[in-house]
Amino acid sequence: MKEQLLKIYHGFGLPRLIIAGFLLLLIIIAAGTDLSVPGLLSDALVRIGQNGIYVLAMVPSIQAGVGLNFGLPVGVICGIVGALVAMEFSMLGFGGFLVAVLIAIPLAVGAGFLYALLLNRVTGQEMMVGTYVGFSVVAGMCIFWLLAPFRNPAMIWPVGGQGLRTTLTLADTFGGVLNNFLAFEIFGLTVPTGLLLFYGLMLFLVWLFFKTKAGVAMEVVGRNPRFAAASGLSLNKYRTLGIIMSTVLAAIGYVTYAQSFGFVQLYNGPLMTAFPAVAGVLIGGASTREAKVRHAVLGVVLFQTLLTVAMPVTNQLIEGNISEIARVVVSNGMILYALTRATGGEQA
Amino acid sequence: MSVPVLEMKEISKSFYGTQVLKNVSLTVGKGEIHCLVGENGAGKSTLMNILFGMPVIINTGGFEGSIFINGEQMAFDSPRAAIDAGIGMVHQEFMLLPGFSVTENVKLNREVTKRNLFSAVFGKKMETLNRRQMAQDTRSALDRLGMSIDEWVPVAGLPVGYLQFVEIAREIDKENLQLLVLDEPTAVLTESEAEQFLGVIQRLARSGISILFITHRLDEVMAVADRITILKDGELVSSGPREDYTISQIAELMVGRKIDTQARKQRSSSPAKQEVVLEIRDLRVDMPGERLRGIDLDVYRGEILGIGGLAGHGKVGLANGIMGLYPSQGRVLYEGQEVPLNDTKAALRMGLAFVSEDRRGVGLVLEDTIANNIVLTSMQSQDKFLKPGLLKLKDERKIREHALESIEKFDIRCTGPEQIVRRLSGGNQQKVCLARAFTQEPKLLFVSEPTRGIDVGAKSRVLELIVQLNEMGVTVVFTSSELAELRSIADRIAIVYEGRLAGILPPDAPDVQYGLLMAGKSLEEVGAR
Amino acid sequence: MNQVKRLVARNAVPLLFAVVCLLGVYFAKMPGQFLLMEIVNRVARNSFLVLSLIIPVAAGMGLNFGIVLGALAGQIALILATHWEWAGTGGFLLTALMATPLAVLFGFLAGTLLNKAKGREMITGMVMGFFANGLYQFVFLFLVGTLIPFDNPRLRISTGPGLRNTIDLFRLKGALDGLWQIQAGLFVRIPVVTFLVIAALAVAIWAFFRTKLGQEFRAIGQDRHIAGVAGINVDRNRILAIIFSTVLAAWGQLIFLQNIGTLNTYNSHEQVGTFAIAALLIGGASVTKATIAQALTGTLLFHLLFAVSPRAGQTIFGSAQVGEYFRVFVAYGIIAISLALHAWQTRSAAKARLEEDASA
Repeated sequence: MKEQLLKIYHGFGLPRLIIAGFLLLLIIIAAGTDLSVPGLLSDALVRIGQNGIYVLAMVPSIQAGVGLNFGLPVGVICGIVGALVAMEFSMLGFGGFLVAVLIAIPLAVGAGFLYALLLNRVTGQEMMVGTYVGFSVVAGMCIFWLLAPFRNPAMIWPVGGQGLRTTLTLADTFGGVLNNFLAFEIFGLTVPTGLLLFYGLMLFLVWLFFKTKAGVAMEVVGRNPRFAAASGLSLNKYRTLGIIMSTVLAAIGYVTYAQSFGFVQLYNGPLMTAFPAVAGVLIGGASTREAKVRHAVLGVVLFQTLLTVAMPVTNQLIEGNISEIARVVVSNGMILYALTRATGGEQA
Repeated sequence: MSVPVLEMKEISKSFYGTQVLKNVSLTVGKGEIHCLVGENGAGKSTLMNILFGMPVIINTGGFEGSIFINGEQMAFDSPRAAIDAGIGMVHQEFMLLPGFSVTENVKLNREVTKRNLFSAVFGKKMETLNRRQMAQDTRSALDRLGMSIDEWVPVAGLPVGYLQFVEIAREIDKENLQLLVLDEPTAVLTESEAEQFLGVIQRLARSGISILFITHRLDEVMAVADRITILKDGELVSSGPREDYTISQIAELMVGRKIDTQARKQRSSSPAKQEVVLEIRDLRVDMPGERLRGIDLDVYRGEILGIGGLAGHGKVGLANGIMGLYPSQGRVLYEGQEVPLNDTKAALRMGLAFVSEDRRGVGLVLEDTIANNIVLTSMQSQDKFLKPGLLKLKDERKIREHALESIEKFDIRCTGPEQIVRRLSGGNQQKVCLARAFTQEPKLLFVSEPTRGIDVGAKSRVLELIVQLNEMGVTVVFTSSELAELRSIADRIAIVYEGRLAGILPPDAPDVQYGLLMAGKSLEEVGAR
Repeated sequence: MNQVKRLVARNAVPLLFAVVCLLGVYFAKMPGQFLLMEIVNRVARNSFLVLSLIIPVAAGMGLNFGIVLGALAGQIALILATHWEWAGTGGFLLTALMATPLAVLFGFLAGTLLNKAKGREMITGMVMGFFANGLYQFVFLFLVGTLIPFDNPRLRISTGPGLRNTIDLFRLKGALDGLWQIQAGLFVRIPVVTFLVIAALAVAIWAFFRTKLGQEFRAIGQDRHIAGVAGINVDRNRILAIIFSTVLAAWGQLIFLQNIGTLNTYNSHEQVGTFAIAALLIGGASVTKATIAQALTGTLLFHLLFAVSPRAGQTIFGSAQVGEYFRVFVAYGIIAISLALHAWQTRSAAKARLEEDASA
């Protein structure tokens, strides 16, 4: 019995136990107040599905040995462009979602390829370069949003006739198509079936990929590049593949996120997308060198539930909105922990 | 006789349970040039790290034995303490800052300073550098070495040969210097630079500084040494005045071991002598530290060909070059077909397999399971262990079955195929490497240093496995620093010297012939058949 | 001729930006006096912060994204100073004095953390800045007024806990700038004392690198291992370098804020790191080498660009917004390019060294 507990403890890891414990505590407190626990959990489910693919996007880049993909906005921007094109032509419902994804994917493949060309030349500094490439792309796209040739009056500023608005609603195009698909209620808990199914599909595809020959090769390249070279594998090829996969997932992740959130936020909206995603996968038990699909799932569940539950509960205790600050402190704290613990950077 | 400058008594040291030094003693007299020789892994570096109080020793539980300087017992807990006691060290890699001038390097952390307003408040660290005095000191040190370079020139632009002298200038600038340790200083020097260098050493010794000189070049040992100490496998093999040795004796002592400790393994089959399976012509391999400068060699079908030679002469470059791990040029024919160089995948596809000398770095994915390590290379280069279909999914069941089979065949001691390779002992890790190579069903196998860093029992088992593979029809090219090991299983042994083939000897040739070949003599001089 | 070529090649980055700035000036069509006023003002309030980055670069720790911590230390002192109604130059000096121990503490913590992330100092420093920012918000948005009793109505939000979003620093506004100003033309007033302080810092940094400790920093910056073998205490010196930088950043932020006159409690510090680093890089510095001249040139060019880009955007694209986004893009872009170039060069240098070894 004791051994089994110990085994579970080691498999799960201390940080996750603490977070899970804290989460449980919050839920118990919530039950004691007049907050609706099923309502909180419904929100949590939505946020898990909404953010899950971002966190999943970390898995291929880490497994290919590139490390945490701080350049997530590169893919996010592709997703935004996909969504905007679908909106420009007023495509509704599933069609709109699908068109957005289908436009986003080839863009993300191209962008990911270019991004990989850069990252393969800066091995060892991928995280920092990635961060600022992401920031630059977001800032550069700000100019594009202002000048882009979109004409749909629902999207551009009413005055002047040019430049996209900061926040665009998806309510009358494809907002919520996944969330509402087959959604049902049970014990007051609303389950966004379509969203979770789509997230599940993505999980399955990534999981499946790592069962294939190419997936195995990617893992070997990430774990020991010298062994991989001695087995005749091209390092750059698999690193590139990993980065492209990560970028494509970020793009799909964005469209999924936007349909659930109901809005497209332009300009500085996507600036910090990488950080909660990075924190998510780390919270799930991944390191800068090893990340599994299960880490991504566990991480997003713990982190997003924590944020959803923490806000209203703490609001009962202290005034003001603490959720945003909790997100910043927990996510950056987790990243700091991972950066100062890992010994990867100093290898000779 | 006066008190020796340095006396190290009965030094023993283990790292994580592996003993790397056993009761080694060493004495260096005043003004003496003492040469310390031994193969890689003989324990020279560890001995010097102990002398220098390096953190790597302190952090791994210290050492046994005692050190005396001028008859006084010392306990160095940091390099600083050793420096203060008058020991200077010139490292194998240059310890010079490229962006600093010669003076700044010579005076690194021993700068001459003068007081200023701030240092009065904030202490000595804020004192201003006295650059003129620093330059003067450096000049006089350089002059003692007969060096004419400008003392303000940046180190980055200097030729490699000069760097060594800057390092020595830094050491002799220390006023209390009594003992200078030189760790393979001539490895990077040209012949004329090396000659000049040896002259400088002798000059220093005459001025009363004792020199502890670590080198691979045996002719240098004979040229300058007063006394010689030879280490092998962490033990002192021999020590005495230079007059007692010849070059070939030293070589023999460095690599040889009494032949009866490892009896020749029984071989049931004997190779077909004349059928050449691998033809190597003018192969050059750019492997740092183990460069091959053009080698011609034929490998016969079914034989075990041993490759020997001292460290740094290029013997491990051969397999690494043919397998495409280091840039190489030349011509290699396998069964009459050209092996494309610098193309690992092609070499693997032709049926060549390689067990690397760097087991943990190249040979294994340490964080992965035994099963995966065994099948990875075959899966990637030969499409084995995959389910039929477009997706090329890996076949977990087949992998597991094969892993279980291999674990039994190679006698891998583990908890199961899912165990992480990092947790295995060195010997069992090596068996995993062999199992991986065997899984490729190679027709020709390169095995490099398979017994390095594993315990005696496992060594013998690994050698038996190589023989077994050979008996199943695999031709083996077996590289090792252990001559005894080569002689115990190889059919022929090729000795590499300075990147070229020195000669090929039968395993039962006398020790002295091996010694001479390794020291750079030709087969004719050796007098072999 | 060759010399000219080399000079251009060596200063390619600042020259390129000088051209961009000149184009900007041309298109912005701002009145000369007005432009000059902007520049003098911006250079006066930002130079100190940019200079605070030099020491960690020399010590091999890269661009110190963690100067945000110093800015926070300065702001905390400033909040207290406002609470106690300190005023004038004396009040300003007292505030700087109060910020110092805080900055030393923050710098010590940051340096200790960075020692655990050798080789990844920059990303760690950046994340550390975000993290510290979160804690700072937590303290001043939630704890103040709940756990920390604090009732000053000019600082507190009236409806709940936490400090106001903007705090008027009228007592300290211009405490340094206003000491002695030279009027040049109609609008331009040169804050002589501020420029003297900046000059004093430049001289101090220059002198510092001629001391024993400065030499140790430079040695560590070139090679930690070799410096360590020579007996230099690497970890302690690295912490010291970060402490110096943090303290200077705290003072720099105070100089910045006394010029602006209002404190955006939750935003003033956010872009401190990014903008100071971008300015330094535009001056031609890199991750491993930064000089005082580069810091000052960079500050001038970067802020010239900042001043002219909205209006230039207006003339070229008919939208001032484009110009504003452009300057942020430049800030991020220059950092991305410098980091990439640095990583690229280190890698090729390592490769070249290997090849050299092999051919020796």
